[in-house]
Amino acid sequence: MSGPQHAAPRPSLAVWKFASCDGCQLTLLDCEDELMAVTDRVEIAYFLEASSAVVEGPYDLSLVEGSITTAVDAERIKEVRRQSRTLITIGACATAGGIQALRNFGDVEELLRIVYATPEFLSTLGTSTPISDHVEVDLELRGCPIDRRQLLEVIGAVLAGRKPAIGDHSVCVECKARHNTCVLVAHGTPCLGPVTHAGCGALCPSFHRGCYGCFGPSEGADIAAMTSVLRAQGMSEDEILRLFHTFNAWSEGFREPPVGPVPVALSPSRLSPSRLSPREDRP
Amino acid sequence: MIAPTVRDGTITPDRIDSAAELPIGYTDDQDGGHYRLVPTGTDEYFASSSPIDSWKRFLSPPEALLVRGRSSSTDLEVEPVVPDPVAFAFVGIRACDLAAIGLLDRVFLAPDAVDPTYATRRREVFVVAVGCVHPGATCFCASMGTGPIPRDGYDLALTELYDGDRHEFLVDVGSDRGAAVMADVSGRPAVAADDEAAAARAERAVAAMGRQLDPLDPPRAAANPEHVGWGDVAGRCLSCGNCTMVCPTCFCSATQDRTALLGDGVERWRVWDSCFTADFSSLHGNPVRATTESRYRQWLLHKLVTWHDQFGSSGCVGCGRCITSCPVGIDLTAEIRVLAES
Repeated sequence: MSGPQHAAPRPSLAVWKFASCDGCQLTLLDCEDELMAVTDRVEIAYFLEASSAVVEGPYDLSLVEGSITTAVDAERIKEVRRQSRTLITIGACATAGGIQALRNFGDVEELLRIVYATPEFLSTLGTSTPISDHVEVDLELRGCPIDRRQLLEVIGAVLAGRKPAIGDHSVCVECKARHNTCVLVAHGTPCLGPVTHAGCGALCPSFHRGCYGCFGPSEGADIAAMTSVLRAQGMSEDEILRLFHTFNAWSEGFREPPVGPVPVALSPSRLSPSRLSPREDRP
Repeated sequence: MIAPTVRDGTITPDRIDSAAELPIGYTDDQDGGHYRLVPTGTDEYFASSSPIDSWKRFLSPPEALLVRGRSSSTDLEVEPVVPDPVAFAFVGIRACDLAAIGLLDRVFLAPDAVDPTYATRRREVFVVAVGCVHPGATCFCASMGTGPIPRDGYDLALTELYDGDRHEFLVDVGSDRGAAVMADVSGRPAVAADDEAAAARAERAVAAMGRQLDPLDPPRAAANPEHVGWGDVAGRCLSCGNCTMVCPTCFCSATQDRTALLGDGVERWRVWDSCFTADFSSLHGNPVRATTESRYRQWLLHKLVTWHDQFGSSGCVGCGRCITSCPVGIDLTAEIRVLAES
């Protein structure tokens, strides 16, 4: 018989934040029922959202949230990689640049002038890019936010030394397994499920809503064919562009959906102060 | 009791507890990528065509536990999993779907490889089939020789005889169990006119099928693996996998090992998979079929051609679900016609 479960040191876990909203880190804290089991198996060595106590690296498993938007972060992620045996990125920011990657389509200097009173205080890159653009990533967990079952699956798989069951097929596969009604075919509701990466358990269609693609493109997704479907459902060119340009706008699949010309006011590079900052007009 | 029932704007097979939950007064409007529920204004029970989803989930569920194990420091102890017994009644199943279960029987009940999950769920099924007299625009069971009237594999087969004044069911008893049930049902003996009325309805149904498939086309298409049509259909295909999920005979699966965070338990599960995913054909990390074109060709030619070699018949029963549930409305009957051209 081997000794007690903790005779060997527990693998260390670090959770890192880059440009993000913290929602994916919260998903780990939301694992209330499983959190004690997680802490029993891994030593949470660095997780500032949960504890200010920090254990020095290196770390066996790093979970990285957020995208790279500053020169400082572009260097910091390299250090995180150096300190991490396994590095897994979590969420749309870390895997695709996130919603803040909308800046990639426009002029960041112009946006800064529109949004901030004193833009000269800011130091930022012109782009928001996924972690995989900067360092080697061992696995990506998609979603905005990530799915807690997938997070636990990955942690469990790493601990067991097995392949995690994280498929890169479409949301439709999950929808059909759940015996959901297809909102696209039966209700005429625009839905990105056919080209969106599975993992959420078909959450939105389960509540009769179309998928809005928060897990980004699935493997083999045909965006041009999907665009035709959305057009046939009555969506305008700018509505189609907006549907793709949300949380995963900078992902390779969703970046340039083949849409016709859209009104200039909707093009991010043409965002005017009157459209974006009506604050002074408000009572 | 599983039967077609109205749910979320569709008719789908699901659990019902009384005949009131049958799709009374509803039919469906189906076409490529399109399904709508339509009121009939009558009180017919079975005025619809094949339900939007198939019945396979009840016999081969989307997830099934295969093996449970426990790891010790030196070994893995495996415990057999005995599936819970289930006794289904399938009420209102159409001929195409009955034929599909016949095909699944060949896959899951092959003498040298009986699947315990399927066998347990299949064993007790009491089948009340229904002759299909309202085929949809995507139906082509007559082409595939599976319908519209069920020929075998049922305990009872009903034909709904409705013409406004008259609303009766012609019942064909197919087994001793069916006869035992009918002993408790009141009615009158059928006469030749009833059989004629049912036959006339079946004839009208055959004429009303919205699609056709020439049985000579699939082998011709198989001889054209480089036909430009494969690339053409791949250019429209989303590779979402919906066709395989709704197909009543697509049975492919993946296995997943699941470990708990705590303890030494491990479980092996079988989950539905689709030949349209990259993982499905991945060997040593890379897919054998990397393109949508190769995946579509694999699916269509397996379904319509190599299924014959493997199981002795076509794998398609002509239910038309893959046409209805394809978001872009890809129609295999139209594709195979193009692909068969030299």
